[in-house]
Amino acid sequence: MKGSLIIVSFFVAGILCGVLGWIPWDLTESRVSYWALCALMFCVGLSVGGDPESLRSFRKLDPRLALLPVMTIVGTLAGCAVVGLFMGGRSVSDCLAVGAGMGYYSLSSIFITELRGPELGTIALLSNIMREIVALLCAPLLVRWCGRLAPISVGGATTMDTTLPIITRTSGKEFVVLAIFHGFVVDFSVPFLVTLFCSI
Amino acid sequence: MVVVIGIMLAGVLLGYVMRGDGRRLRPINKVIIGLIWLLLFLLGVEVGGNRAIVTGLHSLGLDAVIITSGAVVGSALGAWALWRFVSRRDARNDDARKSSRR
Repeated sequence: MKGSLIIVSFFVAGILCGVLGWIPWDLTESRVSYWALCALMFCVGLSVGGDPESLRSFRKLDPRLALLPVMTIVGTLAGCAVVGLFMGGRSVSDCLAVGAGMGYYSLSSIFITELRGPELGTIALLSNIMREIVALLCAPLLVRWCGRLAPISVGGATTMDTTLPIITRTSGKEFVVLAIFHGFVVDFSVPFLVTLFCSI
Repeated sequence: MVVVIGIMLAGVLLGYVMRGDGRRLRPINKVIIGLIWLLLFLLGVEVGGNRAIVTGLHSLGLDAVIITSGAVVGSALGAWALWRFVSRRDARNDDARKSSRR
């Protein structure tokens, strides 16, 4: 819980700095976050490779867990369809298109802006950023309530990069391979599903 | 993305070579936490610095929250179903193994 609060406060501090313009240089240009991500992935690799336990546990992983990406996609779309039925002003296909972003906000918001206009595109951006943030902040709660696979499913397409470190901390290092496989499959599905639901 | 995954695999290999008794690389966890903090701070700066997102938060944010909650609850339930299916089978196998040992 304390860990999550610290993470939230860093995120909020970042928003404040962004809104108030306290960061003098353009971060999206400087690619600082890309290099930080690379450093993070390298450290995650080190901790996985350096832990004799984690390598042993890969072999114990259940082959049926390969179904997890399917569960993620079906669960996400079912949830969005249910919500879409009760939303005034947004059609079910709008909700499905936004949900099919699976947390991959850059790609899905660009696709949806092109196919459905900037309004739904902005919703897609916000919604998929929120999904990533929920996966990052609520991972410990998700493990407690819905089991150790839940942070991976909620993470969607981001489980092979941004949410991978938090998954290794909350679900366990033995789920790293599953999280990367899951991220890869779900990532791959995003352009197809988003285009499909935008054309309905 | 391929580069990032490649960097991680390089880390796995290096970690495997250096692993020793598994205690030597323990301080790396503190570095990981620090980098997670940094990345979330940077994500916040990016969100806060984007006028379209900040102004859009009021009008479109609610729609986004509702759709996100559907996606999160749906995917978490999917994961829960698979987790139950897998761990129930495991528990039964463990029981079978225990009783056969007796």
